[in-house]
Amino acid sequence: MGFMTFPGGIHPDDNKRYSKDAKIELYPQPDKVVIPLNQHIGAPAKTIVKVGETVKTGQVIAEAGGFVSIPMHSSITGKVSKIGRFPHPSGSMQMAVEITKTDADNWVDLVDDDYQTLTPDEMKERIRSAGVCGMGGAGFPTAVKLSPPKGKDIDTIIINGVECEPYLTADHRLMLEKSEDILNGLKIFMKIAGAKQAYIGIEANKPDAIDKMKNLVKSETNIGVVALKLKYPQGAEKQLIYACTKRRVPNKGGLPLEIGVIVQNVGTALAAYEAVRYKKPLIDRVVTISGKIVQHPKNLQVRIGTQFSDLLECCGDTTAEISKIISGGPMMGFAISTLMAPVTKTSSGLILLGKKESRTYEEQTCIRCCRCVDVCPMNLLPSKIAIDVKYEDWDGADEAGASDCIKCGCCAYVCPAQIRLIQWIDIGKNKLTEMKK
Amino acid sequence: MSNNEKKLKQVGQNNQDLYSVTVSPHMSEYRSVKSVMWNVVFALLPALIVGIYLFGMRALLLTVYGVIAAVLCEALIQKLRKQPITVNDGSAVITGMLVAFNFHAAAPWWIPVLGSIFAIAIGKHVFGGLGHNPMNPALLGRVFLVASFPTYTAAGWIPTLRNSISGITSNMDIPAVTDLVSSATPLAVIKSLRDPSFVNNINEAFPNASQILMDEAASLPTIQNLFWGNIGGCIGEVSAAALLLGALWLAWKRIIEWRIPTFFILTVFVLTFIFGGIDGLFSASILLPFFHIFAGGLMLGALYMATDMVTSPLTKKGRIVFGIGCGFMTVVIRFVGGYPEGVTFAILLMNLIVPLIDKHTRPKPFGFVPDK
Repeated sequence: MGFMTFPGGIHPDDNKRYSKDAKIELYPQPDKVVIPLNQHIGAPAKTIVKVGETVKTGQVIAEAGGFVSIPMHSSITGKVSKIGRFPHPSGSMQMAVEITKTDADNWVDLVDDDYQTLTPDEMKERIRSAGVCGMGGAGFPTAVKLSPPKGKDIDTIIINGVECEPYLTADHRLMLEKSEDILNGLKIFMKIAGAKQAYIGIEANKPDAIDKMKNLVKSETNIGVVALKLKYPQGAEKQLIYACTKRRVPNKGGLPLEIGVIVQNVGTALAAYEAVRYKKPLIDRVVTISGKIVQHPKNLQVRIGTQFSDLLECCGDTTAEISKIISGGPMMGFAISTLMAPVTKTSSGLILLGKKESRTYEEQTCIRCCRCVDVCPMNLLPSKIAIDVKYEDWDGADEAGASDCIKCGCCAYVCPAQIRLIQWIDIGKNKLTEMKK
Repeated sequence: MSNNEKKLKQVGQNNQDLYSVTVSPHMSEYRSVKSVMWNVVFALLPALIVGIYLFGMRALLLTVYGVIAAVLCEALIQKLRKQPITVNDGSAVITGMLVAFNFHAAAPWWIPVLGSIFAIAIGKHVFGGLGHNPMNPALLGRVFLVASFPTYTAAGWIPTLRNSISGITSNMDIPAVTDLVSSATPLAVIKSLRDPSFVNNINEAFPNASQILMDEAASLPTIQNLFWGNIGGCIGEVSAAALLLGALWLAWKRIIEWRIPTFFILTVFVLTFIFGGIDGLFSASILLPFFHIFAGGLMLGALYMATDMVTSPLTKKGRIVFGIGCGFMTVVIRFVGGYPEGVTFAILLMNLIVPLIDKHTRPKPFGFVPDK
């Protein structure tokens, strides 16, 4: 079987063996949740509840703060106990609503509609009001992504089931256990966007998911499953689009919709399906808790806002001292200082690293070994950009393509001099955006 | 203390301890500059072993002198410049080895020592140390010695136990030819055949002697001698086989990349096939290009010196241009220049235009659209 792929990239150990066979377990509502107002790209949501107010599971606690924004819902039944700054999984302190459990799980009213009869706009509205955003990592509001500007026709939807970040298996389990719902979510996307065809891209290290989805779409003429080569960052939007369609997203800030494509993560497809069919708000998601030192790695379906410390308790003791905790995958995720941070809509995983796996090194001089150039999936010159940024040669950094960096981390992964290439490039990228304004 | 910091501190107290925070990615290949450099040293060992086997312990001794001089010189300079001493990263060891590899085993002891000191001090640290030198330090050391002490560096070649220096066996009973093949390096023999007065001279003594000698040079036994290293020559250059073995290791470890050596060697191969014959274009035997790629410093240069990371282009296309340029310059010098061997100068000249190559071969980003 030939696998599709993209140029460049790296082959880190995928470390999926720890949790790939762990069935998704339901984690009951915790005693306390912390729901950040900023879990997505765009304006933070605005709170509409006060301290002391009681809320049902699924009740809106914050409205969308603009067009590119999403509303937030309470994920448990309880009382708003605090509104203030809390640790955020991105490493900073951010505004959040703390809700303390008072009661058994008491949901707002859900429906079970024959959703097929809904118009595309009604479907989109349900997705919008359910607070669905991209659940793969970036968190772009899904309803906005499905509203391309006039004149841009979308002909292809791609469901991202690649999950190329090492350790993470949440999407893998979803494809095995919720395959039909994901397919229905995809059909909803196709209807809303008016797309004629769709692909489901899955990396070669998930043969069971490839088989399962292939069987499911057997009778569909316009939906294909694309088996993709095991290579990081296969799941990056531009790389995935290229592997599936051979179309290239234009650089300098071009968007997939310019070439008629919308990419959605499998978790997002599931959330959209549940939103459209049941009007169910996005208040839970599947999170992988894994790492070499975790005794019982798990895939847990948890309420948004559950603190990482709660999740860890049900995975048993660690076999060695925890040295680093990572929210998200190890390539692009954030190392966070505290387990008090909550699960957000974009938290795909919680990875615990022991001393051995979290060694750090001093940055050394670049020896121009070119490994970063050879692996860059965007065809940039990472080491050159880093040097330009260090010496504040912004024009040089611009010419070398600083603003096209997707921050996948391949360059830093292979760098023998341990240069923090991603961060240098990011400084350049931010400076250039600032200068262009 | 800002409000945020207070809160963070509180969090830390509640949770007993905070975990270490670093920037992404949180996985790496766990490769270091040090491991890269020591792998190169390891890859050079087969060539050294062949050198010792062919020329005796003196080959090892000269190499050790070169290494010690390079390491001490680097340590001293870093001490004087109050920099951290990084001699254990192995890069000075490589320079010392490569300098010694460029001389024959009968050279006096101070030749590799002086070469290494020049290479490290002038070739590397004047420009700021590892990662900043524009030219390959070992080659600069060699050029310095060849230019300053031609009598010591060129004279006194020793043949191997079972062969002549050139590795060419001539059946012709002409004193001029016998002298040449037994006392000159293979490339010097070929160079002489491009000298009209020498060619006239031997052709008068023996009809068609120049062509016979050329055929003998480009014969299978000669090429076998060159490939295995059964010839006189520089310590580390003689055996193409040993150098290739080490290079395969480095390529497998992804430390050297295929583009530069491939295009370097291929260019020499093609150009020597076209221009190598003495009766005009394409008059050379198909074996002559093999003679040229296995003779002299080409293998050492193409596999270990042109591929020097610091002094070669960053871009993929640039590496192809660089390889072709090195090959072209090598052939030009071998055929029309003043020296029988041109690899050293070819690489140094190309080193100097690396920034220019990089500038003009910048890759287009994925999804590139031209400015409107």
